[in-house]
Order: sequence, then structure tokens, then C-alpha cells
Amino acid sequence: MLFEKRAAWIILGLGIGLLALAIISIGSGTLYISPVRTLAVLLGSGDPSDTTVIMKFRLPRLLLAAMAGMALALAGAILQGVIRNPLASPEIIGINSGASMVVVMFLALFSDVVSLYWLPAFAFAGAISTVCIIYFAAWKNGTSPLRMVLIGFGVTALLEAAKTLFLIFGPIWRTSQAQIWMTGSVYGANWSEVGALAPWLVCLIPLLFVLLRWLNIQVLGDELPVVLGARVQLQRLFLIGTAAALSGSAVAFVGGIGFIGLMAPHISRKLVGGSQGPLLICSALIGALLLVAADLCGRMLLPPRDIPAGVFTAVLGAPFLLILLIQINRRRS
Amino acid sequence: MRLSNRISKIIGILVGLLLLAALFAASNTLGYTDTTWRTVYKAYWQFNGSNEHLIIRDLRLPRALTAILVGAALAVSGAVMQALTRNKLASPGVLGVNAGAVFFVVIGLTAGWAGTQSELIWLAFVGAAVSLVCVLIISSIGAEGITPFKLTLAGLTIGALFSSFSSALLVSSERALESVLFWMAGSVEGRNLKQVLAVMPFLAGGLGVSFFLGRPLNVAVVGDDMAKGLGQNTLLLKLWALLLTALLAGSSVAIAGPIGFVGLVIPHIARWLVGLDYRWILPYCALLGGTLLCAADIGARFIVFPKEVPVGVMTALIGAPFFIYLARREIRHQ
Repeated sequence: MLFEKRAAWIILGLGIGLLALAIISIGSGTLYISPVRTLAVLLGSGDPSDTTVIMKFRLPRLLLAAMAGMALALAGAILQGVIRNPLASPEIIGINSGASMVVVMFLALFSDVVSLYWLPAFAFAGAISTVCIIYFAAWKNGTSPLRMVLIGFGVTALLEAAKTLFLIFGPIWRTSQAQIWMTGSVYGANWSEVGALAPWLVCLIPLLFVLLRWLNIQVLGDELPVVLGARVQLQRLFLIGTAAALSGSAVAFVGGIGFIGLMAPHISRKLVGGSQGPLLICSALIGALLLVAADLCGRMLLPPRDIPAGVFTAVLGAPFLLILLIQINRRRS
Repeated sequence: MRLSNRISKIIGILVGLLLLAALFAASNTLGYTDTTWRTVYKAYWQFNGSNEHLIIRDLRLPRALTAILVGAALAVSGAVMQALTRNKLASPGVLGVNAGAVFFVVIGLTAGWAGTQSELIWLAFVGAAVSLVCVLIISSIGAEGITPFKLTLAGLTIGALFSSFSSALLVSSERALESVLFWMAGSVEGRNLKQVLAVMPFLAGGLGVSFFLGRPLNVAVVGDDMAKGLGQNTLLLKLWALLLTALLAGSSVAIAGPIGFVGLVIPHIARWLVGLDYRWILPYCALLGGTLLCAADIGARFIVFPKEVPVGVMTALIGAPFFIYLARREIRHQ
């Protein structure tokens, strides 16, 4: 059995919770649609005006938020396993910086010529290339997590400098546009974005479960896996690559939303324990929950203003970090 | 170690001072407006209110002063941090101190509390101290205490936290964003003499006090137990060092924004030149830091002439590759 009973119940509960939150989120906004009417629309027999609002705006937005949240959470879970430190997250290996630098460059140089449709592709390319650069710069007879993190910091700083150059030499409204993107927002999501992100997840998530055994082994450290016959460096490369692809694709569509990759794995570890199978599923669900909730808050807090979801995840990050530390402290003493 | 006896170290300091003076003069002379040495001389001694003279006295002089002081402060702050944490890759940027100072200043600016330069300095100082303390506490949790890995990760996370808070605040106000954007990249440009004079006591005072830390630091880097055995009050020293680093880094951020890599790279160069004696490392850091930032500032004026690049971008472009090289060399495969 891959799961124990308790984990299965928790995952079921989370799934139901996510559905409930999704329905509430679809119904909320400038035009309030009650849950009953929302369900009616989803089942195909709803009011035409409700249907327009939901199908054109809210449903794609919800789906995008849920998928991006899942992707980020999974990436975080992988990285925490590979880097073996509770503070590891996609932001640290430079994904957000790579993506945002390319986005800013795109907005500054190309947005008059190439349509914004290509923005996610650029962001994704930026994220992946950054991770590649960092990985190979850190490679010296293999990778050590500390070296990767430090070099990630150096490369991130270089990218931030390049990004600043582009920001300063563009008009201020572009900078504002870029700033909002970098904070992370699901605003203005549409079906084409959902359609573009979905294939990535459909491919990557099953791949992840295939790599599950490797992840379980990576968590054990550097020497033990070698003794057990695992090809540590190769597996690490694959796992980090998967994490990069997951978070890169998420960031490409929703911008630099932070801390979901940090928070979701921790919460799920507390709920279902450290075995990577249930942990991954649980993290994905919690990640989706977090982002959908953050987006909901952003819409409902100061209507009609739409506060980017990234603001809320950032604000949640601080008390979360504190609670995390208290937990770690208690566990050790 | 290049300079191995006292005479050569003293000569090194003199050479450094000369270099600094030359760079100061160069900073006054070079730039978008064409001026010569003669114009600079006249601007100081035979001021006649012309455009060039005004530019030299009101723009370039404060700018050069800021660059030198901030460079020195950041370098010394980084050296003390590296000694305090016994981690050669510590610096105000890596440990999130810059991000904390920026965040507190952004709060002050967007909430409209702080207007004057000295209020911003206090905000930055508090921010720097808070983030440093947070990082130290976070990385000390757990059985092994403060290891370089935990320290770095804690610093990066806290730094990311404060940066995203700052970003979140700036999303709400386009006007605030415009006014802080250049500053947030790290810039010594556009400060007037009054602002610089407001910061100077903190920076110069901090630098002065830090030179007295040289001898105690020599004892402290050996290890806590040894230091205590030799009679040092380690807690007091750590507290002083912490306050000092926060003061130096915080005031630098207040006037020049978060400039990275100076505090990281300069201590390494200083250690390479004079060895491990902190009585020499700290003065050398101050000199080298001031020189580097002044030179970077001059470079920032010409690299994409006629536009100007924030000096923080220059230090990142120079410092980051060096840092990557250091990280590769220092961290052995575990």
C-alpha cells in the first residue's frame, strides 16, 4: 500500500475543501453568484449572464490559480527533499529572478513588436535557463546543496542587476506593469493561458510520481544513496529539472508568487508525514488551496480593486516562518 | 598574504590613501558635463557660480563623498559580519540586512511618516538590526547551532521575505515606486550635501568605533570557548559588533540604497593582502571599499554613456562573478 489510511482521509478532506473553496471563489467578486447558482452553471444549466461571467472570467482564473499553486507546491516539495533543508524553495534557486528578468526584458524591448501572448514562453525560458546556469556553475565533481544555494544567490543578483537596467531605461508605466507581474497575480487569466499551462502539468506530474522513489532516496543524504546503489547526481539533476519546469511554468503564467513552494510542503508534512508519495499529493492540494485563497482575498478585500495574490502569499510567509521555527525548535528539544 | 611585514602594510595604507584621493579628484572631474582638473580646482578655490562649478560642488562632491563613505562602511560591515559569523561568505546582502533596511525605509516612505534624511537613517538602522537579529536567531535554532549553510539559507529567506514585502507595498503606489526605483537599485547619485552631512556622523563614527574592534575580533574569531578562556566578554563583543554592523549597513542603505557585494568581496581582498589580523583588515577594508565604490561610480557614468547606471548594478556586475568563483572555491563537496 502506498498510503496509510490516515493520509488517505486527509487527502480526501483536502480535496473536498479545495472544491468547496473553488465554488465559493467562483461565486465571489463584483457580481456575487450564490453557490447554488454556481453549481447550476457548472452543471450546464445555469442563468446565461451567470454563465458568461463564470465561464469567461472566473473559471479560468480559478483553474489557473489552482494549477499554478499545485505546480509551485510540488516544486517546493521536491527541492526541500533534494536540498535537505526546510528553508529550500523555488525562489532560492533563482527561478523567480530568471523569469522576471526575461519578462522585464521582454516588456522593455519587445512588447511593442511581439504580442503579450508570448510572455509566458519567455518567462518559462528564462526560468529554465537560469536554473541550468546555476546548476552548471555549481557543478564541481557533483553538486553540493550549499554551493548551489550560494551560486543561486550570485546569479540572482546578476539577474536583478540586469533587470534593474531594463526597468530604469523604460517608461514608468512599464515598470509598474513589470512590478505587478513580479509580485505575482492571477488577474486577467483566460482560457488560452489555462490551456497553455495544463499540458505542462499533465506531463510533469505523472513524471514526478515515477521519480518518487528517487526522491525518497535523495532525502537520505549523499553517502547513503550511493551505498544503496543510486546514481545520486543524475537523479538529483532530473529532480531539480522537474522542479524547475514545474515552477518555471507556473511563474510564467502567474508571475513571481512566492512562498507557496515554501509553505505547502511544510504544512503537508505535518499532516501526512514524510513519505514522499502522500507528501506530494498533499502539497499539491495545499498549494492549490493557498493560491486560490490568496486570490479570493485579493478580490474581496478592497473591491473593486484587485490586489495581486502575491501580496497575500508574501504576507502569509512571515508568521508562517515564525510558526515553522517554533515547530522545529519543539521538535529538536 | 602579500604584505607580510608592518612597513609594507603601512606603505599599503599610504598608497591606498593616495589612490583614494586620486579617485576623489577623478570623480569630481569626470562625467556627463565636460570639465577639466583646472575647472575643479577653480570650483573649490575660486567659485564663481557658473554651471560647471555648481555641478562640481553640489552634485559631484556629495556624490564622491557618499561613494567613499558608503563603500568603506559596507566593506567594514561585511568584514565584521564575516568575523562574527565565522563565515567567509557573509555580507549585508546575503544575510538579508540590506533587504530589511530597504523594507523599513519603504514603509516610512509609503506611509508618509519619514521625510527627512535622518528619519530615514533611523528607519534603515532599525530595519538592518531587526533582520540581522532575525537571521541569527533563525539559524541558531537546532542542535548544531549556527552553521554556514543554515545562516545562508536563513539570510536568503529573510532577505526574500523583506523584498517581497517591499514589492507588495510598492505595487500599491506608482508614484512611490518611481521615487524609490533608482534608490532601490543602489545609487550614490542625486544626494545633496545636506543629506550627506546628515549621514556622515553615523558612517564616520561607526567606522571609527570599528577600528577599536580589531583586537577583540582577533580573539573572538578563534572560537567562543577560547575567547572566554582568554577573558573576553564574548556576549558584549557580539552585541557591539552586531550594533555596529547594523549601523554601518543601515546608514549606507539609507543614503545609497542596497548596494551589494562590496561587503562580501572587499574583506576577501583585504585578507589576501594583509592576512588575518583584524587590526589591519578593518582599515584596509575601509580604504579598499571606498576606492572600489568610487571607481564603480565613475564607471557607472560611462558604461552606457550618456545615460547613467545605478552604482548597485555596477557592483553586482563586478561582484557577482567574483562571488560565484569564491563559492565554487570555498565550498567543498560535502
